[in-house]
Amino acid sequence: MITQVSDSLYTQLVKTYEGNLPTSEPHSLDEIRRQAFDRFKSQGFPTVKREDWKYTNVQPLVGRGYAFEAEPAALDEATIEAAAIPGLDAYRVVLVDGIYRADLSTAKDVPGLSVMPITEAFERLCFAKYFSEYADKTDNPFVALNTALFTQGLFIEVGKNQQLDKPIHIIHVAVTDRPLFTQVRNLYVMSTFAEAEIIESFVTQTGADHNLNNVVSELVVRENAKLQHYYLQLGSAQSHYLTHTEIYQEKHSLYNHYNCTFPGATFVRNNINVRLGDSEVESHLYGVTLTAENQFVDNHTIVDHLKPHCESYEWYKNITQDTSTAVFNGKIFVRQDAQKTNAFQQNNNMLIGEKSAVYTKPQLEIFADDVKCSHGCTIGQFDNEALFYLRARGISEAQARVLLVHAFAFDVTSRFANTTVRAYVEHLVEKGLKVG
Amino acid sequence: MLSIRNLHASVEDKAILKGLDLEVKAGEVHAIMGPNGSGKSTLGNVLAGRESYEVTEGEVLLDGKDLLDLAPEDRAREGVFLAFQYPVEIPGVSNINFLKTALNEIREYKGLPPMEARDFLNRVKEKQKLVEFDAKLANRSLNEGFSGGEKKRNEIFQLAMLDPKLAILDETDSGLDIDALRIVARGVNQLRSKDNAFIVITHYQRLLEYIVPDFVHVLYNGRIVRSGTKELALELEEKGYDWIKETVDAEGAV
Ligand SMILES: Nc1ncnc2c1ncn2[C@@H]1O[C@H](COP(=O)(O)OP(=O)(O)OP(=O)(O)O)[C@@H](O)[C@H]1O
Ligand SMILES: [Mg+2]
Repeated sequence: MITQVSDSLYTQLVKTYEGNLPTSEPHSLDEIRRQAFDRFKSQGFPTVKREDWKYTNVQPLVGRGYAFEAEPAALDEATIEAAAIPGLDAYRVVLVDGIYRADLSTAKDVPGLSVMPITEAFERLCFAKYFSEYADKTDNPFVALNTALFTQGLFIEVGKNQQLDKPIHIIHVAVTDRPLFTQVRNLYVMSTFAEAEIIESFVTQTGADHNLNNVVSELVVRENAKLQHYYLQLGSAQSHYLTHTEIYQEKHSLYNHYNCTFPGATFVRNNINVRLGDSEVESHLYGVTLTAENQFVDNHTIVDHLKPHCESYEWYKNITQDTSTAVFNGKIFVRQDAQKTNAFQQNNNMLIGEKSAVYTKPQLEIFADDVKCSHGCTIGQFDNEALFYLRARGISEAQARVLLVHAFAFDVTSRFANTTVRAYVEHLVEKGLKVG
Repeated sequence: MLSIRNLHASVEDKAILKGLDLEVKAGEVHAIMGPNGSGKSTLGNVLAGRESYEVTEGEVLLDGKDLLDLAPEDRAREGVFLAFQYPVEIPGVSNINFLKTALNEIREYKGLPPMEARDFLNRVKEKQKLVEFDAKLANRSLNEGFSGGEKKRNEIFQLAMLDPKLAILDETDSGLDIDALRIVARGVNQLRSKDNAFIVITHYQRLLEYIVPDFVHVLYNGRIVRSGTKELALELEEKGYDWIKETVDAEGAV
């Protein structure tokens, strides 16, 4: 008998949703969902034969059964407490298995800030304008699936000229007590001249069952707006994440993404695509990934220079322990129009675990002639000379390792705009490092 | 203070130290000289605990405590300090953070509380002055971009900060200009006390004019083959090592 392993979930999805997709007012969304579902059906789940999924085998994840609807589960206060960032004063937003919890949100009645479940934003002008406008142009089948099926997620709009006085801290909690496959859809719009900071923590409640989270976020940073955006991946072994983050930037805007992953979640695939859609745009993508045990973390980024006079700066660092695997794939497109582009990319890897692995691939596609592009990539291990030097001054081996890993991550952590988050991340790196 | 008996050590199965004996008492300065490749740095590294060196025989006691049993950091906390022949550059680790961590870990080992930030900074200032080391340390990474001489001076500055019992200076004089040499020597002389001891590895008699040793030893082929007072260094300067090699090799042949 020849069956693809992934058949079970694929079949289950088609059986459940064929002719039975979520529907809502206004009905313009229904057609988008139908088309997306058709795209998903024809593509199916990706296999390692696809270049973008070469090292990322989703078959074990999609070869099993899931519930598709989250049931209200008991959220422990302790889970939220544990996800709080020490010393950070922020507007808090909580999503439990993707469902917005109004009762736990403190981002209410803030002038110029709208935060609501995405399902309540369907009638908004900017929803009609931006929803599925960019993410669905990619060939990621998980985006198509998400577009077709999502019934939850978050909508944020920061109004024109609004500069938020505090960051927004979004806590995504996996709580489910049965195997669950979620489709979470977010849309964040930064209006012209708006400035904000969005920090997203991904956590798992103790005792949660196996969960696979397909999170698609679309972000629009309008003219002259500025957004600082953090991902703190703190999930535990039961949690698996497929995230697709699609950012569209307008003229004179700034978008900084800080992507941090720590030991815990078994499987993480992040797609982060930044489209520099007009001139004088600036984008920074930073990443720190610290993995342990059998973890698999894959960061695929695209920096897409569409117009002239833009600058992008990307620096990702991976530190792999035990038998874990990290993947970095950084695509930079410089389109024909994008003269005077300045694009920088750097990826450094430190393999601590002798059996850990790193796959890294820069991909530059340049169609303009007057551009400055540079990229580099290194793979190394612990510097034993440095380790001995530190120990010979009385510093314990554990502390010496912490110092050296901090030093390795420094190029990235030192760029964090928020020093409280930076201190938190450095602390998590320290905590996630194994001694010996 | 330090007693080394019949020390044998090898690297990658190659025997380098072949039965080395040395007694160092508190308050003393011992100079070790010897041709290239004779095992001087190996001795320093073995004392400091570098793991690539395997001790195959012999013992090393520091105030009666078996040093060879201890991890490198515990040796440092017990008071051993090796000023490296080739100090390592560690980008991203700040000089100040490094020193504070080292100092406080040593203090913790001795049951002392961490040093107050202000006391620490005062100490940094005071010791920098002592070794006339005015490199801006605050925002710079450990040894990164330091000139050869600055690295050596940084070693002596660290020595002053950590105040060890036994300091081993491995060719601290090489790469120093004449003024720097005098300054470093002056620093070391001020740090000398009846409670600590120095082992000074050098190729040049000149350093020993500034740091006057109580004993001079010649290390050759993994053993100490001559010991004497500072006049021995003068004699070596004059005659080179051949006469020693010849006599030792002849003795060995007997
Ligand atoms: N890590 C190592 N691997 C292989 N051989 C080594 C290693 N360290 C030292 N050796 C060898 O051991 C011998 C002694 O070296 P050592 O550095 O102790 O000499 P030295 O007396 O300090 O010389 P110099 O005066 O040149 O500094 C040399 O032959 C050297 O090549
Ligand atoms: Mg040497």
